[in-house]
Amino acid sequence: MISVTMVIQLVINGLLRGSIYALAAIGMTVIFGVMNIVNFAHGTLMMVAMYISYWLFTLVGMDPYVSLVVSVPTLFITGGLIEKYLIHRSLDAPEINQFLITAGILIFLESAVLFLFSPDFRGIKVEYQGAIVQIGEVIIGLNPLAASVISVALSISLYFFLKKTDIGRALRAVTANREAARLMGINLNSIYFIAFGIGSACVGAAGTIISPMYYIFPQVGHLFLLLSFVIVILGGQGHVIGALVGGLIIGVVESLCILFIPGSTKDAVVYAVFILVLFFKPSGLFGKRER
Amino acid sequence: MKRDRSGAHPANSFRNVLLIFFLVLLLVLPFFLNPYLLHIMIMTFLFAYLSRNWDLIGGFAGQFFLGPVVMFGIGGYTSTLLNVHFNLSPWIGMVPGGILAAATGMALCYLSFRFGLKGIYFGLVTLTFPEILRVVVTNVGFLGGVNGVLIPFRQNSLLYFQFAGKLPYYYISFLMMLLSIYVMYRIERSRSGYYCLAIREDEEAAEALGVDTLKYKLICTGIGCFFLALGGTFHAQYLMFVSPDTFFGIAFTLEVIIRSIVGGVGTLFGPVIGSFILTPLSDISRGLLGGYRGVHLMLFGAIIIAIILYLPQGVGEWFGRVYDGFRVRFDRNVDRKATPWRRGQGAKY
Repeated sequence: MISVTMVIQLVINGLLRGSIYALAAIGMTVIFGVMNIVNFAHGTLMMVAMYISYWLFTLVGMDPYVSLVVSVPTLFITGGLIEKYLIHRSLDAPEINQFLITAGILIFLESAVLFLFSPDFRGIKVEYQGAIVQIGEVIIGLNPLAASVISVALSISLYFFLKKTDIGRALRAVTANREAARLMGINLNSIYFIAFGIGSACVGAAGTIISPMYYIFPQVGHLFLLLSFVIVILGGQGHVIGALVGGLIIGVVESLCILFIPGSTKDAVVYAVFILVLFFKPSGLFGKRER
Repeated sequence: MKRDRSGAHPANSFRNVLLIFFLVLLLVLPFFLNPYLLHIMIMTFLFAYLSRNWDLIGGFAGQFFLGPVVMFGIGGYTSTLLNVHFNLSPWIGMVPGGILAAATGMALCYLSFRFGLKGIYFGLVTLTFPEILRVVVTNVGFLGGVNGVLIPFRQNSLLYFQFAGKLPYYYISFLMMLLSIYVMYRIERSRSGYYCLAIREDEEAAEALGVDTLKYKLICTGIGCFFLALGGTFHAQYLMFVSPDTFFGIAFTLEVIIRSIVGGVGTLFGPVIGSFILTPLSDISRGLLGGYRGVHLMLFGAIIIAIILYLPQGVGEWFGRVYDGFRVRFDRNVDRKATPWRRGQGAKY
């Protein structure tokens, strides 16, 4: 019953999906690495980006992939402002307060969208919805393929941005040692603004490129929030390539689960993997940092 | 400290008067309330009880514990399933539920300690764990599946923890709240309580002085989880219904923790004060703004953010200052300078 083609098909589906998860998780890992804050409003920001693309498509007819040029800058600024006016003031507070403030943002944004746009499930229906690419017996949807190519390209360019540019070096310096970086003359306030902005922009891009393939509703972010935790932990705190690989692994695991267990229980497997990784390799698969 | 002839601590006489006043007030209050307000009071007591017990783990012992809802769900589900399938009274069924929850909590705590998970990492483990249970409960038919389990109404009996009116639930939840405060009061003043304080303030220093950190964390977690599970049984009996989303949903975790933060983390009365402020507020705003879907939740989110930004120590501190002011006026024996309202005041966590 389980044929080789089927497994290959599932693995490819998993990789395509996982690359989008990875882009969302990279946003979280940048914030977690630089600021040492787990952003519980992460999935909600993704939801906001999905609604931006939805309304641009519905009202103006803008293609969801083109709407990246609107959603990414919007989310960058939104994220930066959230950091500047809300998160920044609780940076030195106990962790439980940081958890609650980002959870408060989650509840606020989500119920605001619920109030404005109702809890209806919406969807973007583009003309090329059903287009496929066939290689041998394996069928690949054009939409997931395009989304996956964009997210891998964005992830890799973010990696090189962090490696090669001055701002990227500053971000990595703060990740490595906040105090030492500050003493070297790095302005922590602007670095935090940029880090949170980049994190939000990443998850915004992920939301926009997944919008033609996914239902859009106010609570859509929860799933991606939990997946992002799993991937961030798998990849190691602040580790971009780790998160990319982690995202692909989770995508494939999730996809292959369908072979063995009923579809609705696959989440439990992903969370179980998560807890096991936390127990046995909390620094992540690629993490070198001692916690 | 000097004591008067009755043996009472002079500094405590004002507090005793205040406590008796509130006790009597809350005992006679239900006779003046309509069922809706009675419901709000029951939820207030229940959340005060739950937050008080979460605070034992999350505030007093300083564990970043984000999974109170697991214990709540285990308690509610265990007693309900024993009741429905084996006809066992929830009064008895709550004990295995509590023990199971305590064992789960202690296992999570032990494993995290053993593998060196602290802070946010421990938080993520406890946050994800209920999600696993939720998926399991939703997919296993014996556990009720996605629709949950309905508790059949047998009779209006104390034995089966079922009552036609709300009044008995009012008194039971009130007693549970008092019990949780009393338990905390005793723990705070015990030797283990001082060890816990030491661990919270500086874990490494406490360990260096020979405090068995793991043991006292496990004790606090066990006690807290046990009582959280009893709260789950109460809620199940009150709703006569358990469902995966209410009993394992993440929203509930936030509801419990925020009450503790609002009142003041790690203080005796903080979580109770937090519940007395937030529960009526959220219930009444839901009633008033129910027509506009989502608005009362927006308000809830905004309140959380505002409190964390402007009152990070909780309103309990402010209440404490008012309380100290009154106490000084009431009782001349009180040393005006020595009136920090609670020992936990100014704690880092």
